[in-house]
Amino acid sequence: MSTVVAELPQAPSESRPNYLTANYGLKSWLLTTDHKRIALLYLVSITFMFAVGGIAAVMMRIQLIQPQGAIVEPETYNKLFSIHGIVMVFFFLVPSIPATLGNFLIPMMIGARDVAFPKLNLLSWYLYITGSLVLLWAILSGGVDTGWTFYPPYSSTYSHTHVVAAGMAIFIAGFSSILTGLNFIVTIHKMRAPGMTWFRMPLFLWSMYATSIIFILGTPVVAITLFLMVLERLFHVGIFDPAVGGDPLLFQHLFWFYSHPAVYIMILPGMGVVSELITAFSKKRVFGYTAIAYSSMAIALLSFLVWGHHMFVTGQSVYTSLIFSVLSFAVAIPSAIKVFNWTATLYKGSISYEAPMLYALGFIGLFTMGGLTGLFLASLSTDVHLNGTYFIVAHFHYIMVGGAVMAFMGGIHYWWPKMTGRLYPDLWARLAAMIIFIGFNLTFFPQFVMGYLGMPRRYAVYPPEFQTLNVMSSAGASILGVGYVIPLIYLIWSFFYGPAAGPNPFGATGLEWKTPSPPPTENFEEIPVVTEEAYNYPGKKAVVGV
Amino acid sequence: MSEMAHPAPGHHAHRPELSHQFETVEQQREAGTLGMWLFLATEILFFGGMFTSYLIYRSLHPQAFVIGSHLLEVKFGATNTAVLICSSLTMAMAIYSAQTGKSKARIITFLVITMLFGLAFLGIKFYFEWYHDYLNLIVPGVAWKYQAGWGTHGPVVQMFMVFYFVMTGVHALHMIVGLGILTVLIVMTARGRFGPTYSAPLDISGLYWHFVDIIWIFLFPLLYLIGGRYTTGGH
Amino acid sequence: MVEHRLGEESPRHLVPASVYIATWAALLILTALTTGVAYIDLGVYNTVVALVIAGIKMMLVVLFFMHVKYITGMPRIVMIAALFWLAIMMAFMLADELTRGWTPFAHSWGSGVILPLLPHLLR
Repeated sequence: MSTVVAELPQAPSESRPNYLTANYGLKSWLLTTDHKRIALLYLVSITFMFAVGGIAAVMMRIQLIQPQGAIVEPETYNKLFSIHGIVMVFFFLVPSIPATLGNFLIPMMIGARDVAFPKLNLLSWYLYITGSLVLLWAILSGGVDTGWTFYPPYSSTYSHTHVVAAGMAIFIAGFSSILTGLNFIVTIHKMRAPGMTWFRMPLFLWSMYATSIIFILGTPVVAITLFLMVLERLFHVGIFDPAVGGDPLLFQHLFWFYSHPAVYIMILPGMGVVSELITAFSKKRVFGYTAIAYSSMAIALLSFLVWGHHMFVTGQSVYTSLIFSVLSFAVAIPSAIKVFNWTATLYKGSISYEAPMLYALGFIGLFTMGGLTGLFLASLSTDVHLNGTYFIVAHFHYIMVGGAVMAFMGGIHYWWPKMTGRLYPDLWARLAAMIIFIGFNLTFFPQFVMGYLGMPRRYAVYPPEFQTLNVMSSAGASILGVGYVIPLIYLIWSFFYGPAAGPNPFGATGLEWKTPSPPPTENFEEIPVVTEEAYNYPGKKAVVGV
Repeated sequence: MSEMAHPAPGHHAHRPELSHQFETVEQQREAGTLGMWLFLATEILFFGGMFTSYLIYRSLHPQAFVIGSHLLEVKFGATNTAVLICSSLTMAMAIYSAQTGKSKARIITFLVITMLFGLAFLGIKFYFEWYHDYLNLIVPGVAWKYQAGWGTHGPVVQMFMVFYFVMTGVHALHMIVGLGILTVLIVMTARGRFGPTYSAPLDISGLYWHFVDIIWIFLFPLLYLIGGRYTTGGH
Repeated sequence: MVEHRLGEESPRHLVPASVYIATWAALLILTALTTGVAYIDLGVYNTVVALVIAGIKMMLVVLFFMHVKYITGMPRIVMIAALFWLAIMMAFMLADELTRGWTPFAHSWGSGVILPLLPHLLR
């Protein structure tokens, strides 16, 4: 009995089953080990969590229309920004591209039948779901108000909200990430098709590999950190309590040791997607393939050396702060290298402006702005002024939303025909991309200004002189919200009623485009043999990978 | 399951232990080994967070940590260290027996002895150490009484004991998981799954077991021998 | 076509049982050693000796029981990377904790370190 998807009308050219039609029924989906089905399971789940985090954001922006607060008490507002942060960071952005596009594409791009450990892959999804359910329970039972950063002693001693549940939810979801990263690293090392050398891999795979390194080495630390905080809370023993010789900054060090690399977990996959989109829609080899590949690895390493820049104003040693500041400037370099290379790829390319390309171009501009504003924060003296203000909020939203979410949207659109065998209406898609771009900038640019002028973050009320900027930001948020709803509608519509997509609707290079759309369960009838570089568009021959 | 792919036409002879996503058993074995090493890397960072915190507090409060360390009994820690080392040997011998084609009974014997060593470790820890700590009121948050001789170091002595219980507790949890894994391996061996051509689950479980041993190799000196035992009445 | 991914990276090796037994014996001896040394007053070197012995024991387990001596490739790199990352965490965190008080204010925790140096630094 088919309960999940309606009968899919088979495209006329399909005579054999694809991964969507190979089996019907709830069990075939909930017990699947096919990486493509798992990717779709993740897509549905993270979209739901995105909506949960989005609702919190909507309420926050409504609240901030009035200086005295429009709809909620400060105690509730504290819960809103906490839930927004926890959900968006741990349950949306961290898994978003890796668990959906990564899961779907990595085996296809390397010419394999599946990931190295398909059952572990399914376990990853179930761990994610378990963590999500625990968090949803915590939210519905009253929420958590510590901020997504869970600093003690408030989290361990003074908060009366569901800190333990939220902490455990993140702990469980963390293991989902760890197993996914493990799976990806082994897959990329051991399952590449004959002839697929490292430097013939699409750049998306380099990004996913670097991301997986961060998953493996960073996530366990946040796990033990939250565990210790929960122990302090449950047993009333002082691990981070100064009264018993503990150090609250120890928690912050351990927390940010993961959470800074985590932001690179959130952006690296997006960079990988953008590398694919830029080259596909310029019909041109990517400029500086090696530079982009190595810069991904450099980001994975450097990201672990800068966490103290979140602690410049906490009383951290000024000498250590100096070192972290210098390193934080350094970590901007590999990202800048990518931006230069993407731009150079565009130069003299045959550019077309389908929706995925619009998202990619938006990414380059908005990510650059977000990255540049990070330098103000890396500099010690300016950070003293800007820390704790909306400047920070704007900075990371430019990267997370203007960067990562736009890359996610671009990637979903680009590979949607491959995943579903359907084409979405590009006109609506371009319109939505423009609405998102406009709404995004209207929401977050005023936040740079108000932050610089002194408006603190995490405040439910504010001095009246900031009202104009706040209202602008809230207006922008409503436009942004509309922009996100439109793709939801036409993408779901296209899944059932869209015209059939051929194997390669965008004329792009890559092994995934050589399979039918949607692909068969085993991806390839015969494991392909790779003899060419990654982006062998006509034109100047590349230097590497040939 | 009909949604699992059949091997493509013209594929190699289908060995039962070969999963469909791999081309050869060697590829599968290497993938499994790499996977376990990556998992152990995560464990290094997981325990590492606790070790780092311990290191920091020890540097900041050396005398209190010495007092705390002297609350532990070296004889139990040392015995447990020896027990785990022996269990690593028997684990290695179990794998060796499989790789050299010895009988199922022999492999299972080594696995069972490994489990017995593991149970002995847990028995010493939970009964002779933890239970007696409970009776002596040095379990923070559960049964705790400050002792007069600690002076102003009292609160940090409690911090030491928190770390003791958390670190050995998380380690013990990993031991228990290891015992579960050993049970599964015994069942698989009994079913004749392992031999010279295929012993991957044994190999990678061995890696896990040895890693848990390594964690204890560091826990023992850091918790029990800190500041030496040459001062008042090391016992 | 050379398929390095297909199992030629680390060919099957058989470690002799004698190696395991020798490793086991060495580990037990080192355990006895570290326990015994703890009862001798070496001052600050007690900690150093204990950690060095623990490090040697770890290397014995890693090289012989876990076969790292007999294989090449990724496992070694993974282990070294994990230890390197752990070292990063410890080094930077300790750096903060230990130098936090090195401020040039009188009566601060580490003022004994910085204040005497100030005339030289400011010259």
